[in-house]
Amino acid sequence: MTERKLLSDLVPQPDDDMVVCRCEEITKGEIRRAVHDGMFNIHEARRFLRCGMGLCQGQTCGRLVKAIIARELGISQSELDDATGRAPMRPTEMRIIASEVFGE
Amino acid sequence: MSKIIIVGAGAIGNAAAYYLAKTGVQVTVLEKSPYIGNGGSSRNGGGVRQSGRHPAELPLVMYGVKNIWPSLSDELGMDIEYYREGNLRLGKTEQHLEILRGLVKNAQAGGLDMRMVDSAEARELCPYLSGEVIGASWCPTDGHANPLLVTLAYYSAARRLGVTFVSGAQVTALRKLRGRVTAVVTADGTVYEADGVIVAAGYDSRKLLGSVGLDVPMNPVVLETLVTEESPPLFYQMLGTAMADFYGHQSTHGSFVFGGTHGLEPYADGSRTVGSSISASSTCRGIIGFFPVLKELKILRTWAGVIDDCADHIPVIGNPAETPGLTVGCGFSGHGFGLSPVAGLLLSQLALGQETALPLDKFRCDRFKAKV
Ligand SMILES: Cc1cc2nc3c(=O)[nH]c(=O)nc-3n(C[C@H](O)[C@H](O)[C@H](O)COP(=O)(O)OP(=O)(O)OC[C@H]3O[C@@H](n4cnc5c(N)ncnc54)[C@H](O)[C@@H]3O)c2cc1C
Repeated sequence: MTERKLLSDLVPQPDDDMVVCRCEEITKGEIRRAVHDGMFNIHEARRFLRCGMGLCQGQTCGRLVKAIIARELGISQSELDDATGRAPMRPTEMRIIASEVFGE
Repeated sequence: MSKIIIVGAGAIGNAAAYYLAKTGVQVTVLEKSPYIGNGGSSRNGGGVRQSGRHPAELPLVMYGVKNIWPSLSDELGMDIEYYREGNLRLGKTEQHLEILRGLVKNAQAGGLDMRMVDSAEARELCPYLSGEVIGASWCPTDGHANPLLVTLAYYSAARRLGVTFVSGAQVTALRKLRGRVTAVVTADGTVYEADGVIVAAGYDSRKLLGSVGLDVPMNPVVLETLVTEESPPLFYQMLGTAMADFYGHQSTHGSFVFGGTHGLEPYADGSRTVGSSISASSTCRGIIGFFPVLKELKILRTWAGVIDDCADHIPVIGNPAETPGLTVGCGFSGHGFGLSPVAGLLLSQLALGQETALPLDKFRCDRFKAKV
């Protein structure tokens, strides 16, 4: 059980401008802000900010986002789940997903 | 000062928490999942639709579209991406148009501005339609919003107002004390006490209500949705079809979010939030059939969610007479996102024993009767 307590004030950091999710251009500062807004895990952060929801679906930034959230909460990264992978495994045209014709 | 417990941190539970906290009530929200808003509320298609609604639900959603949705971003302090750009429901055959005319007739009877448009007017509203579209229904005040943001913005704003949220807290039973529902028990045996309890736990509400002798006849049904890569802005109406083979919209981000039904939903295992192999293909065929221009757009992600499908497909919103202290909001039957702000407001009023903003007789818990 996790109580979603308010955290102490958000202290700016020199690298808050660093882009963490390159697909959606989400910065470290935005992720830290979202943790203070109550997003305590990668699932909520993704839904709130779109980090890891772009073309690569978080394959590049997933670990970094988790590390930032864990540090902000003062917990170990191992206490946080990974993001959920979803089909299709890579971006696929609607035309191809729509087709159920074999051998063409 | 009174104290209320809410079971379920979906859009509806979170909205109720927010409106209660605004009145100064002390609120605790208990959520089974480790993640806030992990149920239908973060998995839906984002439709804020009045057209095609059950006549009983129409006044509720119209109230929301008039009084709550337009200012919700300001209210919650973040852009929840609400668009009121209308809803086009498309038809390709005379049979489709017949279905659409029926929807228009119902809507007009309920005082909603909705009408039929011919293919030329439909194309004027949305130039990307397939040439096969022969007509559509048009409701200019329908729209869509970002359900992930609405759910989490209510949560975040309520938390700022001092609401206690506990995730990973599964409520296993409601408890009566001297005839009033004033406590709940969680899986680890913790007892939470309050002056009243709101149950807004989707399909799982059924089991919880059973613990105090109430039953809401509902089934869990899996629905599926998908999202595309980003595209330049094309149109911002909500789109649908007479046969409901797909519906969707373009988001602020530029991606399109589409849902669809393939027809075999009632035969899937509703206890597991798992997508089927036929759904995305079926939805994509539906989309391409009406919007050939989108066929090269890439799908990034597909997912499934469970709805709480009530016997008469409208929700239960009320204080059952047999269980003072208890307020129920469940059975939203796959269209509760558009209703979530008004449902949250009504639940907050019910929990405080206030007069509700709208009459709720049609949503009573005791309306389900045997057929003979
Ligand atoms: C794929 C899909 C598409 C949809 N499209 C639309 C649409 O376009 N427009 C529209 O208006 N609606 C749509 N809906 C319906 C809409 O999502 C729901 O009606 C709405 O989200 C219901 O909100 P809720 O808060 O009641 O439910 P939920 O979001 O399911 O919240 C219930 C919460 O209760 C929690 N809970 C359950 N049991 C317990 C327990 N024992 N203890 C503690 N917590 C518990 C759950 O974990 C969950 O977080 C769609 C639904 C799906 C699945």
